[in-house]
Amino acid sequence: MARGETAGDPLNAFITLAEIPPRGPGRLSGITVAVKDNISTRGVETTCGSRILSGYVPPYDAHVVDLIRNEGALIPGKTNMDEFGMGSSTENSGFGPARNPRDPERVTGGSSGGSAAAVASGMARMALGSDTGGSIRCPAAFCGIVGLKPTYGRVSRYGLVAYANSLEQIGPMAANVSDCSLLMEVISRYDPRDSTMKDRPYLPRLNGDIKGMRIGIPAEFFGKGVDPAVTDRVRKAIGVLEGLGAVSVECAMPSMEYALAAYYVTCTSEASSNLARFDGVRYGPSPDIRKPWHEAFQEMRMQHFGPEVRRRILIGTFALSAGYYGKYYGKAQVARQHVREDYARLFRDVDLLAGPTMPTVAWKIGAKSDPLSMYLADILTVPANLAGVPAVSVPCGSVEGLPVGLQLTGRPFEDEQVMNAAFAYEQAVKA
Amino acid sequence: MTAIRGQAQPAAGLKASGTESDTVIIGLEVHCQLNTESKLFCGCSTDYRNDPPNTHVCPTCLGLPGSLPSMNRRAVEYALRVAKALNCQVAEEAEFARKNYFYPDLPKGFQITMYNLPLAEGGYLDIEGEEGEKRVRITRIHLEEDPGRLVHMGTPDRPRYTLVDYNRSGIPLIEIVTEPDLRSPKEARRLLNGLRTTLEYLGVFDGDREGSLRVDANISIPGSERVEVKNISSYKGVEKALTYEMTRQRNVIRRGQKVERETRHFVEARGVTTSARSKEQEHDYRYFTEPDLRPLQVRGWVEGIVLPELPAARRDRFMAQYGISPDHARTLCGELRLAEFFEEMAPCGNPPLAATWVADTLQGELNYREMEIGKVPPAHFRELLDLLQRRELTDKAAVEVLRQMLDQCVAGETVETPAQIMEKNTLGKTAGDAFTPVVREVIAECGDAVRDYRAGKGEALNFLVGQVMKRTRGRADPKELTRILKEELARGGT
Repeated sequence: MARGETAGDPLNAFITLAEIPPRGPGRLSGITVAVKDNISTRGVETTCGSRILSGYVPPYDAHVVDLIRNEGALIPGKTNMDEFGMGSSTENSGFGPARNPRDPERVTGGSSGGSAAAVASGMARMALGSDTGGSIRCPAAFCGIVGLKPTYGRVSRYGLVAYANSLEQIGPMAANVSDCSLLMEVISRYDPRDSTMKDRPYLPRLNGDIKGMRIGIPAEFFGKGVDPAVTDRVRKAIGVLEGLGAVSVECAMPSMEYALAAYYVTCTSEASSNLARFDGVRYGPSPDIRKPWHEAFQEMRMQHFGPEVRRRILIGTFALSAGYYGKYYGKAQVARQHVREDYARLFRDVDLLAGPTMPTVAWKIGAKSDPLSMYLADILTVPANLAGVPAVSVPCGSVEGLPVGLQLTGRPFEDEQVMNAAFAYEQAVKA
Repeated sequence: MTAIRGQAQPAAGLKASGTESDTVIIGLEVHCQLNTESKLFCGCSTDYRNDPPNTHVCPTCLGLPGSLPSMNRRAVEYALRVAKALNCQVAEEAEFARKNYFYPDLPKGFQITMYNLPLAEGGYLDIEGEEGEKRVRITRIHLEEDPGRLVHMGTPDRPRYTLVDYNRSGIPLIEIVTEPDLRSPKEARRLLNGLRTTLEYLGVFDGDREGSLRVDANISIPGSERVEVKNISSYKGVEKALTYEMTRQRNVIRRGQKVERETRHFVEARGVTTSARSKEQEHDYRYFTEPDLRPLQVRGWVEGIVLPELPAARRDRFMAQYGISPDHARTLCGELRLAEFFEEMAPCGNPPLAATWVADTLQGELNYREMEIGKVPPAHFRELLDLLQRRELTDKAAVEVLRQMLDQCVAGETVETPAQIMEKNTLGKTAGDAFTPVVREVIAECGDAVRDYRAGKGEALNFLVGQVMKRTRGRADPKELTRILKEELARGGT
């Protein structure tokens, strides 16, 4: 099953190893940038970690792929992921789980687990991931690297196979903040093909100066379900920021109570619609054309979607159904609005919010067998997606040898500020 | 397909005319392809009709994973022109939504359309109804993308397989929904003609393009369930489908049975509607806001749109400016190209003459040949009008010249000028006196009629004039012939 293991990829970080050459010299010349397998690459199979897309070779490059190739990047391959991004461990891949470089018995986090493992193990210097509800930040935290979920509308989604359009962004992952920032600078160039994008390219500002910066500490980020050892590491990291002149402010984010539910209703609803196109007519394994259409579609989708994907399609289809729309999808949008308002209110008083990226460290492969406990792991990352605000995970030490991530969240289109704070912290602990 | 629509019922308090089943209630959902140069959400060309299948496609209109729609502003502009011309209230903000359903011609598994926030609502169009001028209310107007096209191989009874052509996928469609205000299949057809004319005047629609118009109709007999008839794709088809369906429903009621609420398909080749067994196919489209597109701010936009002259205004102007009859004005303005053709002829100095010849004679000859006005060379037709006006051709001979001219157009031959045709066929008007020998000949041969005339039966004269006209192939002026005939008869020969 795990294609990578036979090809010098013991962590199963890649679904496809393929050297996609650069197109020109530029700021990424001589740099390898691994690309998550839900980002379209012309001429190279793009599966989204799903069997239903095996054999699908896109005839076009995603906007971000164009950009990094034009800047001189070499793409060593397409990285492993939870099928269509649906998961927080990369165990839901149709091509076997990716393994955490720190401990191969443990998960990488997900869904961009292959990208994180590739960077953390040195197989690639940088990687592109995508973050719908934490899919960049979670594996960055678990594998001990830096990962940014940009402001919604800052990176073109053209070519990113949609899971939940209104939530997700492509973002950079790297071993350190400077690399991550450089990749972000390259991929944030405007693309009119994505109507939800704004022409506000990222201009790095890594000077490490955070003196006087006000940092909010939402109580909910340190509440029930968060491992005290993780809390401890993150509190210490905030102490470091204070040592650099930042002022921390205790605050509350009451909408957190509904964030996870709002997130799962929204993303499954959008997914149920996005994934309808995988009917075997145009790509993937062929349905049995002797059967009536609907029967053939049904059979083909039953066979080739994994169980988590089927579960989310069912949940999303239900949530959008006549008679239930108001009760679920409609309500989720209201809750989402509350999350946005909470952030807006907090950001009138503070410049950043700080907390843990994940409530725990990486778990053992196979340890979380019920879907609900997996969903709960996303509680600290989904609010940023619901509100479209930028959030970075930067390594802040470890618990029993396993990395912990500090999550810093900022105002919309202040990705630069978020990255600068991460940089300040990184430089301080390095020294 | 529209979401919001109540049961078609006549407004309360309306006096039933005749027995109840004389009335029929019809509402239409009209889909027209807008004639933009590129598709609604991508840059692919819309001019696909003469090209091989799947040659006007890209990741977006193929719905490839990762592709995104980007708005064609021209399409919105066109739709707003229509909304303004149909007197609609344009929304402050319109929003695209996804309509989810599986069908092989739908590459994304959903259609991008509008649902809760359409472009415009609450307009009207005036048509010539069964009982004079009639105002048909427009419920709503929205924009959506056309799906691909299925081509079934094999015979209808034994389909072997189906091919999909995505050239049509993503063509901008405007959906215009009327209130159930129409009371006969003929009114439905008139509404369609009215819409077509309006859209053509607006320069947003080309009704001659194959498949550019598709209609779903809701039809019911008062007191009975309503039936949706789908798959109507021509102007004539609407009247045919609705007449068939009206008769079918009346027969069902006459037999004491109930009309079932269902969806039926119009089978154009056989002129019938067949049940689509709707119950088991009842869809839940799970509409939700399209997350890949921003809402459209349209109220301000529509205010800046200046409309061209519309059919009603042009009709009034034609009557005032050219002094032509209301009937002629209506016919001429009922088709943009006809109106434009007439305006090219009007400088001939005698607009009423031009109106008669364009609206009546030329139209009749074109219909007979199923020919388009665009194929008629205007200079030739103007020359024909000149000859008529200079009385070098009689009406009858002019018709003969016109026919030959049009036949040459149809055959794709070099079209001769009216003067050439006239010359070749010696159709030119000859002074009546030159026909005196023919008159004498007729008087000599039609003794009975001559006796009747002399006995005071005036109508016998008409017969004699007719005989002379026949022998002179219409080259003479009938008035002049009558004068000569009378003179000759008075002279008392034979």
